[in-house]
Amino acid sequence: MELINKSALELRDLLDKREVSSREIVEAYLERIEAVEPKVNSFVTLTKEQALKDADKADKMIKDKTATSLTGIPIAIKDNLCTYHVKTTCCSKIIKDFLPPYDATVITKIKEAGMPILGKTNMDEFAMGSSTETSIFGPSKNPWDLERVPGGSSGGSAAAVAAMEAPLALGSDTGGSIRQPAALTGIVGIKPTYGLVSRYGLIAFASSLDQIGPFAKNVSDAAALLTLLAGHDRRDSTSLPLEKVDYLQNLGQDIKGLRVGVPVEFFAEGIDPEVESNVKNSIKALEEFGAEIIEISLPHSEYALAAYYLVATAEASSNLARFDGVRYGHRSKEDRDSVTMFKHTRAEGFGPEVKRRIILGTYALSSGFYDAYYLKALKTRTLIKQDFDEAFKKVDVLITPTTPSPAFKFGEKNKDPLAMYLSDIFTTTANLAGIPAMSLPAGLTSEGLPVGVQIFAPALKEDIMLNTAYALEKAIGSIGFPALEV
Amino acid sequence: MSLIDKKTVERVADLARLHLTEEEKEDMTKSLNEILEFEQKLANLDTDDVEPTIHAIELKNVMRKDKVEESLSIRDVFLNAPDEAEGFFKVPRIVELD
Repeated sequence: MELINKSALELRDLLDKREVSSREIVEAYLERIEAVEPKVNSFVTLTKEQALKDADKADKMIKDKTATSLTGIPIAIKDNLCTYHVKTTCCSKIIKDFLPPYDATVITKIKEAGMPILGKTNMDEFAMGSSTETSIFGPSKNPWDLERVPGGSSGGSAAAVAAMEAPLALGSDTGGSIRQPAALTGIVGIKPTYGLVSRYGLIAFASSLDQIGPFAKNVSDAAALLTLLAGHDRRDSTSLPLEKVDYLQNLGQDIKGLRVGVPVEFFAEGIDPEVESNVKNSIKALEEFGAEIIEISLPHSEYALAAYYLVATAEASSNLARFDGVRYGHRSKEDRDSVTMFKHTRAEGFGPEVKRRIILGTYALSSGFYDAYYLKALKTRTLIKQDFDEAFKKVDVLITPTTPSPAFKFGEKNKDPLAMYLSDIFTTTANLAGIPAMSLPAGLTSEGLPVGVQIFAPALKEDIMLNTAYALEKAIGSIGFPALEV
Repeated sequence: MSLIDKKTVERVADLARLHLTEEEKEDMTKSLNEILEFEQKLANLDTDDVEPTIHAIELKNVMRKDKVEESLSIRDVFLNAPDEAEGFFKVPRIVELD
């Protein structure tokens, strides 16, 4: 049980000292998965045998001195990232048996680094949700309280790391799908700058908003994984041609004089008082380190969620047109002609929330409504981006709560789509503006539920964002891990 | 006030090639009205002189040399095909016979 408590970089150190092998690490995690999975349900597919084989390969890399910074460290992968010949389902009936014919670029990087993949994790169907309750495999549970959601859409990845079933995981974030579950499960999650990480092989939800990012137990582990994931990819024309940055290098620098903006709009009514007090403590901690705290306004924040749900669903309605039963996935037996087959394939394959978003997005793009909805949302997006541009003239980073409340209970919001959408209220702005943002634990509520604090930085300033998070983590200390009696 | 009626939901579902049951149509009309009600707040915003942002990061067309490279194997291409014949994806009839 000892190995699973350690961070990825601590494990990496033990590997280098030959005090442990990658096989032993993978075995420890597989044992943990077996013990807690019936309670937590983080995974939808386990790849035990391949993980052990990859661990042996990693051990050989370490012996041959060809290892890199995360060689031998196992990882869990969200089930919307294509893994060659390993089922990739988006937790949807429409592709529940899909075997990708290629690896996503991030998967290629993970394999080349010698990181054993433990399995594929649960998510809301096509990443559309904030609780994993729309998954066809049933929801994942929050390891801190099994009656509560782990957040979503990358809830399985977050739950896996929080439950110590994996030291690291990958998720995707379109409107908060990494940061919100990280906050609700008390771990670190990063949404990188749009274009920092290749999206090739990520099954698209909203292409102008989607980014892949890491989940980890602490800031250093997350920084190490982000370093591995980042980089230009000729297969994703939106990935940025940049020099590689080692995000570990910058951690631990003095934050004296750092200008930290506190946007007043994020502390308005409706926020849980314990969330507020924990985040205010984080702000105080930064001030004690010598940071300059500056109150700031992002005046269009209140319009972000409305703009987000139009942009995201419009793009989704187009992206999900490819699921038509022709080349892969489910095909309906109602097939007297092709159009009938398309309509019934999609009716049988998609769940209610995915259908709702396809209809909303198609409507927002349709003739007669385009100007009032889609175009209006794109213009609002400009105003939101300008808010950040203005703010970052005055401050280096912004600090806010990640979510308005701690983890909610199953069934609390899934009957009311709008209530569920509102849980993304603090996270969507970063996707609309393309800037990096991350969540890290700020503390626990009196009920023992994690609270997340969010840091925003200007585009490609992940180094400053991570260094701020690192300072904050040092000040707050570990919130520990859920007891999760087994 | 109703922002979207059942008839419009039917028309949009047809555009999206999505068959909906009667119950789904009722349900969808109700929930979309609630969501569109929420969306009305955007109407309060003056955006007359604002340019739309489609991508947050400025994008340019990316060109590459048009040369033959290794691609997916035929086996992998058809690995997930619901129906195939002689190296083609087989689909139901598209053209009306009469």
